[in-house]
Amino acid sequence: MENTAVIFANRNFKLKSVNAKKFALWLFIVSICMLFAGLTSAYIVKKSDGRWLQFDMPDMFLYSTVVLVLSSVAMHWTYLKAKDNSLKAVKIGITATAAIAIAFFYMQYLSWVKLVSQDVFLVGNPSGSFVYIFSGLHLAHLIGGLVFLLVVFLDTMNYKVHSKSMLAIEMCTTYWHFLGGLWIYLYLFLVMNN
Amino acid sequence: MSITDIQVTDELVHGDDHHEEHHEQSFIFKYIFSTDHKTIAKQFLITGIFWAILGGGLSVIFRLQLGFPDMDMGFLQPFMGDWISNSGKLDPEFYLAMITMHGTIMVFFVLTAGLSGTFSNYLIPLQLGARDMASGFMNLLSYWFFFLSSLIMFISMFLSTGPASGGWTIYPPLSALPQAMSGSGMGMTLWLVSMVFFIASTLLGGINYITTVINLRTEGMTFRRMPLTIWAFFITAVLGLLSFPVLVACVLLLVFDRSFGTSFYLSEIFIGGEALPNLGGSPILFQHLFWFFGHPEVYIVILPALGITSEVISTNSRKPIFGYTAMIGSILAIAFLSFIVWAHHMFITGMNPFLGSIFMFLTLIIAIPSAVKAFNYITTLWKGNLVFTPAMLFSIGLVSFFISGGLTGLFLGNAAIDINLHDTYFVVAHFHLVMGSAAFFGLLAGVYHWFPKMFGRMMDEKLGYIHFWLTFVGVYLVFFPLHYIGIAGFPRRYYSFTNFDAFSSFVDLNSFVTVAAIITFGAQFIFLFNFFYNIFKGKKAPLNPWNSNTLEWTTPRIPEHGNWPGEIPKVYRWPYDYSKPGAKDDFIPQTVPYHQTKESNTDFENEESKKEQSAT
Ligand code: HEM
Ligand SMILES: [Cu+2]
Repeated sequence: MENTAVIFANRNFKLKSVNAKKFALWLFIVSICMLFAGLTSAYIVKKSDGRWLQFDMPDMFLYSTVVLVLSSVAMHWTYLKAKDNSLKAVKIGITATAAIAIAFFYMQYLSWVKLVSQDVFLVGNPSGSFVYIFSGLHLAHLIGGLVFLLVVFLDTMNYKVHSKSMLAIEMCTTYWHFLGGLWIYLYLFLVMNN
Repeated sequence: MSITDIQVTDELVHGDDHHEEHHEQSFIFKYIFSTDHKTIAKQFLITGIFWAILGGGLSVIFRLQLGFPDMDMGFLQPFMGDWISNSGKLDPEFYLAMITMHGTIMVFFVLTAGLSGTFSNYLIPLQLGARDMASGFMNLLSYWFFFLSSLIMFISMFLSTGPASGGWTIYPPLSALPQAMSGSGMGMTLWLVSMVFFIASTLLGGINYITTVINLRTEGMTFRRMPLTIWAFFITAVLGLLSFPVLVACVLLLVFDRSFGTSFYLSEIFIGGEALPNLGGSPILFQHLFWFFGHPEVYIVILPALGITSEVISTNSRKPIFGYTAMIGSILAIAFLSFIVWAHHMFITGMNPFLGSIFMFLTLIIAIPSAVKAFNYITTLWKGNLVFTPAMLFSIGLVSFFISGGLTGLFLGNAAIDINLHDTYFVVAHFHLVMGSAAFFGLLAGVYHWFPKMFGRMMDEKLGYIHFWLTFVGVYLVFFPLHYIGIAGFPRRYYSFTNFDAFSSFVDLNSFVTVAAIITFGAQFIFLFNFFYNIFKGKKAPLNPWNSNTLEWTTPRIPEHGNWPGEIPKVYRWPYDYSKPGAKDDFIPQTVPYHQTKESNTDFENEESKKEQSAT
């Protein structure tokens, strides 16, 4: 599934109308939504079954959430700069977005370390396993987002991103905001249901 | 920063004429890594046919075991090696492996990829008036992911420990614990890997189909003028897009349970007297996830077949399809309802009886749109000038199976009755008629109907008739008796019944079913000959052999990549103007404007024709 994101980023991708590409991205997003809807429903079903381990969500997850929101802000700033044709700013913006995202990766890792120190393991009661699966799978999708960023970055180097050619960066921004929203959903879901 | 140094390359926006710059391609890109939707469709078809032969062959072998339990199967040893013991007995675990592979192959590789992959790919651009799919590259990937998935599944059948053996529904804990049965080891792992590629293929294909239908319709092709085939493929793709990700979720947790030791689906299990560490999981959770995907999946299988049937029946009854809007409405209703009935597969899991009655109610509602469709087919046939082409016969056969199999769905949908019938041969009879045979007939109808367009040649009608009658009668002879066997209590997925006295009176019936199955399977070779021989040797096809209205028949006999040599045709009317009162011919193609058909226009259409003329 990860591959589709890469394909959209592929320049050889031939579509007759620009809209079709964006539309396809939205369909891809719908399918990711269904994936997580399935997983979070599984969580609820499992929880209602009993034998459920209670534990505190590490605070680090809250901090990482804030950081991910920051990366979305950076992404949006980049997008606006592309509209203004400030390519230098675009390059800086993309780099910043990616850097913040990598910080997010690290913070998720720290959250896992914290969970382990609380005796909540991937292998064990499903209530803990689910946290690892949700956050891990979200990160997997974020890797797709990073690849997309890289492609847009290369495009910018080749002067292919500017006010008259916004498609790639627009789609990248959409996907990026989606990933941010997805994590916020997962985080709130976990906090409220745990 | 100045804009002047930025080159505006608008390379993403291609005009209509972009495909006409035709250059000779090498064999590899023309036939193997092609991005032409027509070639990809044929690749799906041929791969599907390969799987159908294999899946059918497996069923004949396990039917032999069921029908003639004392038989000496030594003659199969050259093919099956150690799975046949030296005394000529089939290995009981391999029996389970075969039914699992049969189910997986038929549901996923033949009736999902083989059916949607072939006809969605082939017909969406041709019937909508598009040069190709929205993304040829994604389409190419879709096929090759399917190919890879096929290859992996095929290889898994040759493992010394056998392929996956826990049934096509791969319920844990059986599928989750390698020590549970030999097929749950490497075989199950490969099953899962294969399915990952399969799902990727389906999603890529589906995103493409939906995008194409939304974005690339030719001028005049409004949603209300779309052939029902396209409506069916479109909604099928939406169902796939919404349900396959849930299968990913389901399988992902299974992979973690298998390979990393988590306990999503496992709890308190003892194997050989020893307790496993897993605590806190629930196998029922798997069933919820699986069937949330699984029920839409059965409609993913049948809807394209119903779409094909609509087209074939209308064309060959020389009548407009009865209730075009109702047909669209029922497709939409079925699609919606299919997401809220999954628990009818789980009535005996100990669910709250109150919940059970809700799901029973929702399940029975599905019978309404299904019945609307059946009713509309019959009323379309009613008093039509029926032309019995092989495709038409297979479509009528589909309607017959859909009705007789759908009726047993009503029994199963009642929780109180299902508690008796669940996991018996009654269920097997139900879904082989309503899904298996009906969708298979849809596939065959599609092949017979569009073969002239696909290969530019005709199939032999006489062989088609023989094929039809043997298969049609054969299917009923195979599956009808299974209802009785099921009511008598035969559980499905059992290697042998000879130990149960209660079943001894059914031995003859079981042998009868097996003989019928062999004949039905044999009849498919008539089709295979007819198909492959006529690709090369068939009589050349006329441009519009069935006097049909849809756009694919306006292309040259063998369309190039890009489909129409000149401009893409425009569409002026719906696709079902057959035998219109006043018209000179009994069909008016979609490309004929209203102002050329004054003699048959309705008042409303005369208004339209004025608009057409003022527009030009
Ligand atoms: C009138 C509408 C239908 C109703 C009320 C209905 C009801 C049911 C019920 C209650 C079961 C579960 C039986 C059991 O396991 O105990 C079932 C099984 C099944 N149905 Fe239907 N059904 C209907 C139509 C269809 C259609 C149209 C298809 C496919 C195109 C289909 C495919 C299947 C399959 C594949 C299974 C068995 C799955 C398995 O356990 O392997 N059904 N049906
Ligand atoms: Cu169902």
